[in-house]
Amino acid sequence: MPHDHHDHLSPSGHPYRPDDDHPLTYWQQMEIAVRELLIEKGVTTAQEIAAQIDAMDARSPANGAAVVARAWTDPVFRDALRADASAATREMGFDIGPMRLIALENTDTEHNVVVCTLCSCYPRNLLGLPPDWYKSRAYRSRTVKEPRKVLAEFGVTLPETTTVRVHDSTADMRYVVIPARPADTEGWSADDLAKLVTRDSMIGTGLPKSPDAA
Amino acid sequence: MARRQVSERQYMRVRADMPPGHVRTPNYLRGKVGWVERTLGPFPNPEQLAYGNKADPLPLMRVRFSMAEVWGDTSQTSNDTIDAEIYSHWLEPAEAPHAT
Repeated sequence: MPHDHHDHLSPSGHPYRPDDDHPLTYWQQMEIAVRELLIEKGVTTAQEIAAQIDAMDARSPANGAAVVARAWTDPVFRDALRADASAATREMGFDIGPMRLIALENTDTEHNVVVCTLCSCYPRNLLGLPPDWYKSRAYRSRTVKEPRKVLAEFGVTLPETTTVRVHDSTADMRYVVIPARPADTEGWSADDLAKLVTRDSMIGTGLPKSPDAA
Repeated sequence: MARRQVSERQYMRVRADMPPGHVRTPNYLRGKVGWVERTLGPFPNPEQLAYGNKADPLPLMRVRFSMAEVWGDTSQTSNDTIDAEIYSHWLEPAEAPHAT
């Protein structure tokens, strides 16, 4: 039949997107089995698990943005953040758990960028779930070898006079970049400044939005 | 709080050996010389922790390497740096590298 080879195309001529309904993997089955056992034995409850998922989903880069905006407007907090970022963010009321956090401050002469070459360590409690590219082999292997090229691909081209500092999160610490405060934002409130802080700017692969883009 | 300790700013060489098992010291930094950017205090040894064994607390260091030291002539900009957390038992005192 002449139309046989078109069976996988939609009426508009585009291929159908493959259904993401696929059999459970070994580890997915294992997770369900262990979860059901823990509930059956009374170790945890379905409600507790749902509450924990909600708590994780509620974490977003907005938390980190509030920290950055406060560092821009409150010099005492900025010093506290540089000295002990875990304590300073906890004091702001963020539930960062046992996370050990280091804040890296960008200046006119230094630009910081964070990567985890061994796996994908990320300050989830403060920035939410990591973007998929952060976990990709390409980002992890290239950022330590050719950071300027990687940054340029993200749209951040730095002059030779700026030192690039790559931070490989290999062990127990997590990192957040405090980008430089955008120019022409004198007198802005912390709430308004937080709107300029992007997720990527706190990883170091981006810069904050400019004031006229807000 | 004493943030500065004696061991900071010292040059250290990362052990170059390749033992089997769970190791947090990145391959690309083994044998390279950097300086201790800051000390981070004791953390349980991940090489024991990974196998469910009792883990000894070990000092963790943030070591800063120049791109030139890590990648040699193929580095993009030699003054740029890489910081990584390395457990103390992977570090040996060293002289400053000649590469600048």
